[in-house]
Amino acid sequence: MILKGKVWKFGDNIDTDAIIPARYLNTSDPDELAKHVMEDADKDFPDKVKKGDLIVAESNFGCGSSREHAPIAIKAAGIQAVVAKSFARIFYRNSFNIGLPIFESDEASEKIAEGDEIEVDADNGTIKNLTKNEEYTAKPIPPFMQELIAAGGLIEWTKKRIKAS
Amino acid sequence: MTITEKILAAHAGKERVSAGELINAKLDIILANDITAPISIREFNKIGAKDVFDRNKIAFIPDHFAPQKDIKAAEQCKMLREFSREHELGLYFEVGRMGIEHALLPEQGIVLPGDVVIGADSHTCTYGALGAFSTGVGSTDVASAMATGECWFKVPESMKFVYYGTLNKWVSGKDLILHTIGDIGVDGALYRAMEIEGEAISSLPMSGRLTMCNMAIEAGGKNGIIVPDDVTEAYVKARAKREYTFYTSDKDAEYVDIREYDCSKIQPTVSCPHLPSNTKAAAELSDISIDQVVIGSCTNGRIEDMREAAEVIRGKKVHPNTRMIVIPATQEIYLQAMREGLAETFVQADAVFSTPTCGPCLGGHMGILAKGEKAIATTNRNFVGRMGDPGSEVYLSNPAVAAASAVMGRIAVPEEVQ
Ligand code: SF4
Repeated sequence: MILKGKVWKFGDNIDTDAIIPARYLNTSDPDELAKHVMEDADKDFPDKVKKGDLIVAESNFGCGSSREHAPIAIKAAGIQAVVAKSFARIFYRNSFNIGLPIFESDEASEKIAEGDEIEVDADNGTIKNLTKNEEYTAKPIPPFMQELIAAGGLIEWTKKRIKAS
Repeated sequence: MTITEKILAAHAGKERVSAGELINAKLDIILANDITAPISIREFNKIGAKDVFDRNKIAFIPDHFAPQKDIKAAEQCKMLREFSREHELGLYFEVGRMGIEHALLPEQGIVLPGDVVIGADSHTCTYGALGAFSTGVGSTDVASAMATGECWFKVPESMKFVYYGTLNKWVSGKDLILHTIGDIGVDGALYRAMEIEGEAISSLPMSGRLTMCNMAIEAGGKNGIIVPDDVTEAYVKARAKREYTFYTSDKDAEYVDIREYDCSKIQPTVSCPHLPSNTKAAAELSDISIDQVVIGSCTNGRIEDMREAAEVIRGKKVHPNTRMIVIPATQEIYLQAMREGLAETFVQADAVFSTPTCGPCLGGHMGILAKGEKAIATTNRNFVGRMGDPGSEVYLSNPAVAAASAVMGRIAVPEEVQ
């Protein structure tokens, strides 16, 4: 799968309160959540972001709460993928569970600038920077995570296991 | 093996596990709250399982926006009630019986030493203080676990934190963990187990241990854990209604890093906006004026915290420019605080004394900050907008410093008001 789009850039330690502030958590409706995505990191973001865009951030993206509303809000806003140097572990887990593609790459995080056009090959982790004509590689996705993706997320994976037992 | 590895191995039906290995472990308790359970319920229904795997191992606790703060919150809470009734969950806690989840489960003896616990809440790591493996996950993980009773884990590497010496006056578990996060940073223990030990920990009461493990996530940790001892035994003995197991770490257990702290050098500590790692000595922050003080949360809402704050504020008044909100974490703590006259101490000092709720900790209700307002809170996060407007600020501290700050209307150390 090829994910191509324009980049919004964020820094270190973007926490889940910045991704989706708790004041909006009295609902879990994805479209409602998408209206406030990244609002406390950049209040104009929900208006600026377009379907098909990507987020590139630095270290520890998604730290803080366990709220799955965070990757749900990102996905529902039409953001195709998040690339960062590292992810907080619950966010990492949640993203695979709900099917938001995420990639870890120091080089991509350092070299990609806001507004760059990039193309991520989700199958092999190659990240092409079309604006700068550069190429980076993301860390390989662990085999179990690939199994989850192939199954279509944790719920589908669990369904299969229950049927098999 | 480390204690973390041993507990995981036992629950995965294996002799040994080692860091990096992927396992499926059997779960003792699964937790979700009014924010995370609605998604879990929705996803659970998609699985098409006949029923939950064990109705007595799933705890649903409406605590974040409860007592129901608005119609949407009421609808979310209703989903928990209805699901709990339909599946006859044995661990559903209605308003009036509930408390903040991470204070309630240890207090009621529901989580015990040696358990593997997951919760759709990041501070599920709190129960490591009892010598359990517990960690926060997402709502979908909980949905899957409710059907299967299992969860997948990558066995974490362990990092050891050793605390020597005795604590200075007004220094508690909160200060040790804030100091530690200040040292290693908010991702200093990313994906790792934080094993906490040392002579200062041996003499630390369970309340302080729970506070420390509660904040492991603030350093990126997967779990915090303390090898159980006499303090643990005394705490769980009276509460447990089932068997529990004490695990220890082997002498030759592997640690990726060992950090040592001399407690005589640790002073009452405050995390400044907007990261828990942004720590300073409380004494250096006396020029920061304070609009709101919050004492409560799963970090510091236990009876010991109430006592500590009351000791500082007894016979004094909250500063005219400041408001103070005290929230005991559970009904039992609330009752105890009334019995001991602590509730009266707070109300007479012009503070608010509230029914248990997460409330302001996550900017939910019961004390939201306006733009430009500053709060000092005994909670665990001070991210942008955490307690209200994105233009507000939160400082984190122990209960004694928070209470002293309420009296002075600025950040203060307890000695200043005594
Ligand atoms: S008190 Fe705060 S940190 Fe603890 S569970 Fe509630 S919202 Fe989360």
